[in-house]
Amino acid sequence: MISMSLLVWIPLLPLLAAAVVGLFGCKLPRAAAHVLTIAGVGAAFALSALVFSKTLAGAVYNQNLYTWLTAGDMQFHVGFLVDNLTSMMMVVVTFVSLMVHIYTIGYMEEDPGYSRFFSYISLFTFSMLMLVMSNNFVQLFFGWEAVGLVSYLLIGFWYTRPTAIYANLKAFLVNRVGDFGFLLGIGMVLYYFGSLDYATVFQAAPAQAATQVSLFPGVSWSLMTVTCLLLFVGAMGKSAQVPLHVWLPDSMEGPTPISALIHAATMVTAGIFMVARMSPLYELSTTALSTVMVIGAITALFMGFLGIIQNDIKRVVAYSTLSQLGYMTVALGASAYSVAIFHLMTHAFFKALLFLGAGAVIMGMHHDQDIRHMGNLKKYMPVTWFTSLIGSLALIGTPFFAGFYSKDSIIEAAKLSEIPGSGFAYFAVLAGVFVTAFYSFRMYFLVFHGKEKWREMKHDDAHHDDGHHHGLGAHDDPHEPGWVVKLPLLLLAIPSFVIGYIAIEPMLFGHFFQGVISVNSGEHAAMTEIAHHYAHELQTPAAMALHGFLSLPFFLAAGGVALAWFFYTRRPDIPAALQTRFAAIHRVLENKYGFDAFNERFFAGGARCLGSQLWQIGDVKLIDGAIVNGTANSIGRLAQLVRKLQTGRIYNYAFAMIIGVFILLTFFRFIH
Amino acid sequence: MAYPILSVSIWLPILAGVIVLLLGDDRRACFTRWLALAGGLMAFLVTLPLYTQFNYADTGFQFQELSNWIPAFNIFYHLGVDGFAVPLILLTSLTTVIVIIAAWEVIEKNIAQYMACFLIMSGLMIGVFSALDAILYYVFWEAMLIPMFLVIGMWGGPNRVYATIKFFLYTLLGSLLMLVAFIYLFHQTGSFAISDFYQVPLDLNAQKLIFLAFFAAFAVKIPMWPVHTWLPDAHVEAPTGGSVVLAAIMLKLGGYSFLRFAMPIAPDGAHALGGMMITLSLIAIVYIALVALVQKDMKKLIAYSSISHMGFVTLGFFIFNPLGLEGGMVQMISHGFISAAMFLCVGVLYDRVHSREISAYGGVVNTMPIFAAFAVLFAMANSGLPATSGFVGEFMVILGSLQLNFWYAFLAATTLIFGAAYTLWMVKRVFFGGIANHHVAELKDLNKREFLILSVLALLVIGFGIYPKPITDMTHATALQFLQHMATPKLLPQAGF
Repeated sequence: MISMSLLVWIPLLPLLAAAVVGLFGCKLPRAAAHVLTIAGVGAAFALSALVFSKTLAGAVYNQNLYTWLTAGDMQFHVGFLVDNLTSMMMVVVTFVSLMVHIYTIGYMEEDPGYSRFFSYISLFTFSMLMLVMSNNFVQLFFGWEAVGLVSYLLIGFWYTRPTAIYANLKAFLVNRVGDFGFLLGIGMVLYYFGSLDYATVFQAAPAQAATQVSLFPGVSWSLMTVTCLLLFVGAMGKSAQVPLHVWLPDSMEGPTPISALIHAATMVTAGIFMVARMSPLYELSTTALSTVMVIGAITALFMGFLGIIQNDIKRVVAYSTLSQLGYMTVALGASAYSVAIFHLMTHAFFKALLFLGAGAVIMGMHHDQDIRHMGNLKKYMPVTWFTSLIGSLALIGTPFFAGFYSKDSIIEAAKLSEIPGSGFAYFAVLAGVFVTAFYSFRMYFLVFHGKEKWREMKHDDAHHDDGHHHGLGAHDDPHEPGWVVKLPLLLLAIPSFVIGYIAIEPMLFGHFFQGVISVNSGEHAAMTEIAHHYAHELQTPAAMALHGFLSLPFFLAAGGVALAWFFYTRRPDIPAALQTRFAAIHRVLENKYGFDAFNERFFAGGARCLGSQLWQIGDVKLIDGAIVNGTANSIGRLAQLVRKLQTGRIYNYAFAMIIGVFILLTFFRFIH
Repeated sequence: MAYPILSVSIWLPILAGVIVLLLGDDRRACFTRWLALAGGLMAFLVTLPLYTQFNYADTGFQFQELSNWIPAFNIFYHLGVDGFAVPLILLTSLTTVIVIIAAWEVIEKNIAQYMACFLIMSGLMIGVFSALDAILYYVFWEAMLIPMFLVIGMWGGPNRVYATIKFFLYTLLGSLLMLVAFIYLFHQTGSFAISDFYQVPLDLNAQKLIFLAFFAAFAVKIPMWPVHTWLPDAHVEAPTGGSVVLAAIMLKLGGYSFLRFAMPIAPDGAHALGGMMITLSLIAIVYIALVALVQKDMKKLIAYSSISHMGFVTLGFFIFNPLGLEGGMVQMISHGFISAAMFLCVGVLYDRVHSREISAYGGVVNTMPIFAAFAVLFAMANSGLPATSGFVGEFMVILGSLQLNFWYAFLAATTLIFGAAYTLWMVKRVFFGGIANHHVAELKDLNKREFLILSVLALLVIGFGIYPKPITDMTHATALQFLQHMATPKLLPQAGF
C-alpha cells in the first residue's frame, strides 16, 4: 500500500536538494549542484513510478500530513490525495523534470548562475508536486503560487537583461490576476461547503447544485457557476488562456530548459489539471463549461495564428503551447476531462522535446534564436533534427504519434458536445489543426532544411547587446551538443511517439479515471459517445490511427505541412509577398491583437495614474494640506488675528472700553 | 511561577535602559552596545515563560498581578494577558533585540541614549499589552510616545522636526479622547478596571460615542485611512530602528487596543459602526495600495504598504467571525516580522548609499547577491506569497470577509495584484537590471551582523508560513470567548449620556 512515509519523500527530496544547492551552492564544487539535484529528482521519479504502479493496481491514498491552521471550528491541512490522476501527473512531472535537469548540465554549462539554476528547477519540482499531490484547496493554492514564484525567478534568471526582468514581473502580475479570481473561488467553496478538503467538497457538491447566490441585488446566479468561473479565472492565468495569456510568450526570456519544463510541460498545465480535478464541481454548471470551452477555442485558434509570424524559434514553440493549452481547455469544456489530461500528458512529452530541441538548435547557433538565420541544420545536428521531427509530427497529430490520439479525441469531443459554444469550438480546433501544421513545419523547414542562411548574413546582425547572444560566423559550422543534451532528446522522443498508442485505451476508455473524474453523461454526453464510437467501430489504437488517415483533421494537417513546404523551401517569395499584400493583418498579428499595448496603457498606466492622483490630491492636498496642516495653519492665523488686538497702546484699549460700555448700555436699554 | 513574569517583562528592559543610560558612553561604544544587547536579550528571555507556561484552554487573563496604586480613585497596578497579548509581547521583546543588533555600528553618536530609548520603549509597550487597569494602560500608552519622539527627533532625517510634531500631535489628539472615555466609564463603574468596563451596560448612543472616542486614539495608531498621513512622514524621517519598532509593534498597539477596549466595552456600538470600520479598512487596502504604487522613496512605499496591510487587521476584526478575528491577529504578528525585515533591508542600503530613493539604485543583485535573495524573500512575503507568514493572515481575512459579503472579499483580494505590483516593481527597479551607478558598483554584501538578523526574520517568516498553527492555537480560546462576548448585547435602555 501507499504510505505517508513513502509519499512525503517525493516532494521533499527535490526540496532538500534545492535547499542545499541554493544555500551552499557557492561553497560546493560545481558538479555538486547537478549531482545533488539530479539525485533528488531521480529518486522522486523512481518513487513516483512506484506509486503509479500501486495506484494502477487500484490503491487510492488520502491522508493529511499535518494541520496547517485552525480558525474557529475550521481546519486547514496539508495532505496528499494520490489516485491515478495524481500519480500520472507525478510521473510526468518528475520524468520531464529529470530530463530537463540532465539537459541543463549541457545548456547552462558556462553560466555563472549554474548552481542557482539547479536549485530553482528542483524547487520548482517540489512546488509542482505539492500542487498535484494536494488533497485540499489551500495546499493547491500554495503549490499554485509557489510554481508562480519559481517561474518568476527563472524568467528573470538573467537579471541584468531589461526584457527578462520586465517579463518576469509581467508574468507574476498577470498570474496574480488569475489567482485573485482563484482565491475568491476558494472563498466561495469554503463559505458554502465549510471545508476545503476535496473529498468533503466533492461529496457535498451535488446537494448545492441548485443553490443560488446573489452578488448584485436582484440578480441571482447559480452558486456552482459563480464558483467554477472564479476558479477558472485562476486556470486562465496559470494555463495562459485569453485574455490572461500575455505573459507566456514573454516568459521565453528565461533559459530554454525552463521553457520546456515550466512553460510547456508542467506548470502551465496546472490549470487544466485543476479543472479536471474539480470535475465534480464543473459538471454542475453547463454555463461554466460553455465559458471554458469558448475561451479555450479562442486561445487554440487565435494564438495559433500568432505562431505563424514569429521568427524567434522559442516564440514559435511558445505560441504553439498556448494553442495546445487552448485545445486542452476545449476538451475540459466538452466534459472530456480525461481527454484533456491525456493531451496534457502527450503534450508534456512532445512539447518538452520540441523546446529542448529548440534549445539544442540555439546552442548550435551560438545563441542566435532567429529562424531566418538558420537552415540545413539537419546536416550538422542529426539527433536534434530527428527528434524535433518526431516532436513536430506528434504536435500536428500525425496518426500513430502521441499527439494524434489525444488531439483527435479532442476534436471528436468538441464535435459531439452539445453545450452552447461547441459549434465554434469545433470549428476552432479543426482550423487550428491546419494552422498548427503550417507554423510547426514552417519552423521545421526553415531550421532544418533549405539554405545555410547564417553564411549569407551580415555578421553584425546576429549580435545583440548583451553577452548571451553571439550567432554563428559565416564560416562557422553548427555543432550538436554533447550526450547530456542528446540523451534527454532521445528519451523524450520515445514517449512522444508511442505514449498515445499505449495509453489511449486505459485512459480514455478504461477504468483509469474511474472515481477520479466524474462526468454527468446525461447532460454532457460527448465522452460517452466517443467511447461508444471507439468500442463499436475502431476497437484498437491501430485501427483508430488508420482511420485517422482518412479523416478531415489529417487532410488539414497534411495541407498545412505541404503549404509550409511549398512556401518555405520552394517559393520563399510568396510569404514575403503575402506579408506586403496583407500588411494590415500582419500588423495586427505583429502587435499580438493589441493585448499588450492595451494592458500597458489601460491597466498599468491607469493604476499608476490613479495612484498618483490619490496620493497627490487625496493625501497631500486634502488630508494633509486642508485638514492636518490646515488645522495648524488656521490656529496660527487665528492667533495672528487675536494678537492684533493686543497692540499695547493705551488709546486702543480705552477706545475698546468706551465701545464696550456703549454696547452694554444699548443692550440693557433696548433689549430688557 | 517563580517570579512575576509580566512585571519583570515590563521593568527589566526599562531598568536595563536606565543602566545603559548611566554607564554607557560614546567613548566606550563597544561596551555600551554589548551592555544594551545583554539587557535586550535578558528582557527577551524573561518573556519566554509567557509562551511556555501559557494555558491554551484558559479564556480569561493569565499571569495576573494585582496591587494597589492610587486607592483614592480605585486605580490598581493590575497586569494580565490573554491569547491576544502574549504573541504581541513576544514580538515586542524579540524586535527589541533585533533593533539593538541592527543599530550596532550604524549609530555612532549618543549610542547609550539610542539603545536606552529602545529598551525603555520595549518595556512600556509590553506594559500597554499587559495592563488591565485603564489608567495604568493610559500611562504606558502615553509614556511610550516619548522615547519614540526622541528617536525620530534626535537620530532622524532632515525633516525630522515636522515629522515628530506631526506624529506627536496626531497621536496625542486621539489619546485625549480616549482619556475622556475612560473617565466616563469610571463614572459609570466606579473603577478603572477593564473587566468592570466589560460588564457595565451602556445604551447604544453612549456605546457609539465611547467607540468613537477609542476609535480616535486607535485608528490614528494603526493607522487607518484617513488619519494615516503621519506614518509615511514619521517613517521617512525615523532611523532604521525607529521605523522597525514603529511598523512592527507600535501599529499593533492600535489593533490590539481595539480588541482590548473599543470592541468589548462597546460591543453594540462596534456592531453599529462596523460598516464604517469595514469601509475604512477596504479604503485602506485599495486606495493606499494604489498610492504605494507610485512612491519614489522606498521607506514611504513600505510605510504605505504597512497601512494597506493593517487594513486587513481592522477588516478581520470587524467582520466578527473567527476566521477574520484570528486572521487579523496572525496578520499583526506576520506584519511585525515582514515590515521589520523590509525596513531593515532599506536600512542596509541606506547605510551604504545614504539614499532612500528607488531611482538611486538599480542592479543591486550584481554586487549584493545574498542581500538580494533576502530582499526578494521578504518582498514575496509582503506580496502575500503562500508559505510565508504574509499569506496566512490575508488568506484568512479574505475568506472570512467573503462569508459576510462577496464584495468585501473582492476588494480585499485586490491586494494580491496591487501588493505584488508595488512590492515587486520596487524590487525590480532596485535589485534587478544592470549596475546603475558607481554607488551600486561599490556596494559590499551583507556583513555577519546583518546576515544574522535577516536570517532570523527569514526563518520566522517562512516558519509561520508553513506552520501558522502555533499563533492561532494561542489566540483560539480567547478569540472564541471574545466573539461570544461581542455577540451578547450589553445595552442599558434607560441610561442617558
